Amino acid sequence: MQRSIDEINNKIKDGSVVVFTAEEIIDVVKAKGVKRAAQEVDVVTTGTFSPMCSSGAFLNLKQPREKIKLGGGWISLNGVPAYAGLAAADIYIGATAIQHNDPRNDNGKPGKFRYGGAHVIEDLVTHKKVQLSAGAYGTDCYPNKKREDWIDLADTNDAFLFNPRNCYQNYNVAVNLSDETIYTYMGKLKPKLGNANYCSAGQLSPLLNDPYFRTIGIGTRIFLCGTEGYIAWAGTQHNPDIPRLDNGTPRSAAGTAALVGNLKDMHPEWLRAVSFTGYGVSLSVAVGIPIPILDEEMMAYVSVTDADLKAPVVDYSRFYPYGEGDPKLAEVSYAELKSGQIEINGQKVPTGCFSSYVNAQRVALTLKAQIDQGEFFLTQPVSLLPGPADKKEK
Amino acid sequence: MLKTKVVLSFPPSSVEEPITYHLIKDFGIMVNILRASISPGKKGRMVVELSGEESIRSQALNYLESKGVEIDELAAEIRYLENRCASCTACVPVCPTGALDVDRNNWKVSFFEDKCVVCLSCVDACPYRAVEIGPE
Ligand code: SF4
Ligand code: SF4
Repeated sequence: MQRSIDEINNKIKDGSVVVFTAEEIIDVVKAKGVKRAAQEVDVVTTGTFSPMCSSGAFLNLKQPREKIKLGGGWISLNGVPAYAGLAAADIYIGATAIQHNDPRNDNGKPGKFRYGGAHVIEDLVTHKKVQLSAGAYGTDCYPNKKREDWIDLADTNDAFLFNPRNCYQNYNVAVNLSDETIYTYMGKLKPKLGNANYCSAGQLSPLLNDPYFRTIGIGTRIFLCGTEGYIAWAGTQHNPDIPRLDNGTPRSAAGTAALVGNLKDMHPEWLRAVSFTGYGVSLSVAVGIPIPILDEEMMAYVSVTDADLKAPVVDYSRFYPYGEGDPKLAEVSYAELKSGQIEINGQKVPTGCFSSYVNAQRVALTLKAQIDQGEFFLTQPVSLLPGPADKKEK
Repeated sequence: MLKTKVVLSFPPSSVEEPITYHLIKDFGIMVNILRASISPGKKGRMVVELSGEESIRSQALNYLESKGVEIDELAAEIRYLENRCASCTACVPVCPTGALDVDRNNWKVSFFEDKCVVCLSCVDACPYRAVEIGPE
């Protein structure tokens, strides 16, 4: 059985397309088998809603009457510095940037990181005004040297989210073997294996449903924060050459995707700033990727369940920061993680997550409805994300 | 616009600085002094209500911390902001009483106020700022 993107789009147009979410498809395949399910189902939708620090937005600001050249100068929004190393009116506000006077972790206690770049982006998407302060050196064509103003999204010519890395294909489960509480990008980790934190939508996670990147690549249209977005490139740290299980999924962090989408069309419901005590600010975005069922092989991939997906348990007190000790304390399945408790060295450890499964489900269902209603069409990627050098690697 | 009641403890070195003046003038924060005991050369304490936009309140609290002022939110209860909660479950393993718990059938997290002992463990653990310390 073979199916092309064109055939799928024609079915979306005439309303006959059959779509399931990556969660719903599990029971379909159980009942009908891979072969029949592949014949009957055209598209499977995925979803995720997780914090990712490698996030930010490009803004092009409308010029005041007396023009200012921000490039080579400086700018802050609500006291959060943005990058001004581009042209006169282009800036990049990164999710993790923090206010000039934030005490960080320097007060002898973990910082709270109340407000940062991600909060500025969330405020912009909520159509709030933000306070702009900027300085420039002044030129004959851009004489203005100082700008103090309040702006919102309507005061930009262009605003697009550009996240260099999103949708990690799998990720570590973080624990703490030391005697003291530590504060990490995987949250507050209590001493002596007090808790274990993970961060993936598991069976709904986009790249875990196309483990070898047979359908996902540059130009893939996606659901991004309530509007359409695109995969722009392989994400930073994309590494397909990771040991894999028999079902093709990587046994630790592997593929990633760089995403782009119009900030002006995004909805605050699908984009949230987060503050990690003792670590910093980050941004959670909603991403849904449609997987075209090109053949039976794709149907087999999208039918993976949480029980079939495994993640490594890593110590964030010694191994992650210093490279000391055992690199992998255990391997656990997402089904075990989602039960609320895993076992490490015979000890029962409660689990928590940062990725919202409820929101991942809502993303996958929303994308499914958009395809069903003929509002979202699939694209043929211009170039697929790089897969493993040896696809058969185990 | 957000309102919080906090206890500010000043080190002797900053008792004589016009901190409330700076809060109002530099940050545009509204400061409502509810109680104060300040005498030169001694540690001062002040109970205040601060209101202002989140980005501004954050800069004001940053400023206070940089002056060595300790900030304790008045903890009488935990307020759970359902519309901010992403149901991520990060708080579930740190809550000792099950006051914050997840229904593993639909993955929704809920707050059961009667079980909460106001230990504050969840406040540090929630990245989405969905649990807040409520005033007395
Ligand atoms: S304050 Fe303590 S008991 Fe109450 S919800 Fe938070 S962690 Fe649970
Ligand atoms: S950590 Fe915060 S956002 Fe996550 S489930 Fe708990 S209250 Fe909700």
